[in-house]
Amino acid sequence: MRFSRIAAIVLRQYYLVRGSPSRILPMFVWVAIDIVLWGFITKYLTVISGTGFHFVPALLGAVLLWDFLTRVMQGITMAFFEDVWSRNFLNVFASPISVPEYLTGLVVTSICTSSLGLVMMVTVATLAFGLSFFAYGAMLAPFLFVLFLSGIALGILGTAIVLRLGPAAEWFVWPIPAVLSPFAGVFYPLSTLPKWMRMISRVLPPSYVFEGMRSVVAGHAVPAYALATGFGLAVLAILLACWFFVRVYRYAVETGLIARYSAESVS
Amino acid sequence: MPSLHANVLSISNLCKSYGEMTAVDDVSFQVEPNEIVGLLGPNGAGKTTTINMVLGVLKPTSGAIAIQGVDISRQRSRALSNTNFAAVYAPLPGNLTVEQNLRVFGMIYAVAKLSHRVEELLRQFDLLRFRHTKCGVLSSGEQTRVCLAKAMLNRPQLLLLDEPTASLDPSTAREIRSNIRDFVASGTGGVLWTSHNMYEVQEVCDRVLFLSRGKILLEGNPNTLPQEYGKASLEELFITVAREPLTLELN
Repeated sequence: MRFSRIAAIVLRQYYLVRGSPSRILPMFVWVAIDIVLWGFITKYLTVISGTGFHFVPALLGAVLLWDFLTRVMQGITMAFFEDVWSRNFLNVFASPISVPEYLTGLVVTSICTSSLGLVMMVTVATLAFGLSFFAYGAMLAPFLFVLFLSGIALGILGTAIVLRLGPAAEWFVWPIPAVLSPFAGVFYPLSTLPKWMRMISRVLPPSYVFEGMRSVVAGHAVPAYALATGFGLAVLAILLACWFFVRVYRYAVETGLIARYSAESVS
Repeated sequence: MPSLHANVLSISNLCKSYGEMTAVDDVSFQVEPNEIVGLLGPNGAGKTTTINMVLGVLKPTSGAIAIQGVDISRQRSRALSNTNFAAVYAPLPGNLTVEQNLRVFGMIYAVAKLSHRVEELLRQFDLLRFRHTKCGVLSSGEQTRVCLAKAMLNRPQLLLLDEPTASLDPSTAREIRSNIRDFVASGTGGVLWTSHNMYEVQEVCDRVLFLSRGKILLEGNPNTLPQEYGKASLEELFITVAREPLTLELN
């Protein structure tokens, strides 16, 4: 892999973001709105429940973590969509850049954009609603890392879907986190789910993160085995997503789809 | 037959089929150093399909492509490091400025002393006043010049030009032709050029290949080929290839 090619993908995104308020604002505004909305919901629930249960870390913390995963995924897909929207595939894929270099460039871009979103979310949640996110200290890092890896896997999967099905397929990509969230147990323990849903949950890395975080918030130790399982599944998900992307790319090169991408299919 | 390593581009028995339809049918040719080869033919003859296969964005059904002796199917990245292209259907992203586009693609092609090279090209293609202008607001002729500047970034050994002067006024087109001739004369690179402008082809190309229905029908010097086939001009020969290819095949 050549560093300059990876840096080129990141630089292109930097140029686009730097000069475009419509790209800068969504990185901060939507996550801030989400935190404000859920912040007030958690406050209200705390008041009406009167049970002494801490809704802020349980619900608002969960929203924050799930939004982080979503932002990581969208960081990758948005960078890819820029090439789709500007019909740049031929220029990029007819160059010496390799698929691993291109995907790494998208991932690095996502690290930058999702980090900004995370900072905004933590700031709003801490200042406005008293969520002491970093009170958990280093314990939090592995959970965030598993979610980060999961977001990367979903992002690469999303780009492969759009590469295969054409520009209109981006509408399949946006709802992916919403479709997965009921199975990941973002807001409730997995024991709440029916058996068939729990079986799906078992293969989703984020479900181990949210179960683990609930355990930590309840004052228990970090469930190391669950965390390791989540990490292993997340790595496997990235490998599968990369394999799927490469397969779709090869199909696109075999059929001429890349050269005629705007047609959406070659049939 | 010359050795693979002697040629900038070597194409052997190249075929591309889509199901029953054959787009490129057993095409073989070479581009030598300091040579400009014109790939001519009517719409749908297989020119762009051939170029796409050379660029690695379309996999041949069979056959081999080597750029500077490097097999593109085995060492795609290395082969394409020595290649670049400009095509009317592949404009650079309109939401980046001219300079930003050249920088991004310069990094993708790992160009040494990139800032210096970008300045050189901005000057060479008369783009200095547009350096901070987004490509999307340039005229089609200006966009073509930016694409050509991008195509020259890595001083490619093989330059693929798919109708590079299609949207240019005659004066700018002449300058571009002159630039490309200089590029070929000054280094060791070769050019594969498609165009529907037969005057331009005669002026620029050392050799032409006429493609029809995916096959190479004729090959030769653009200035003598028409007479060899009893035609008054290259344009007349082109029209015959497009309308009555069988009469030429019989010859």
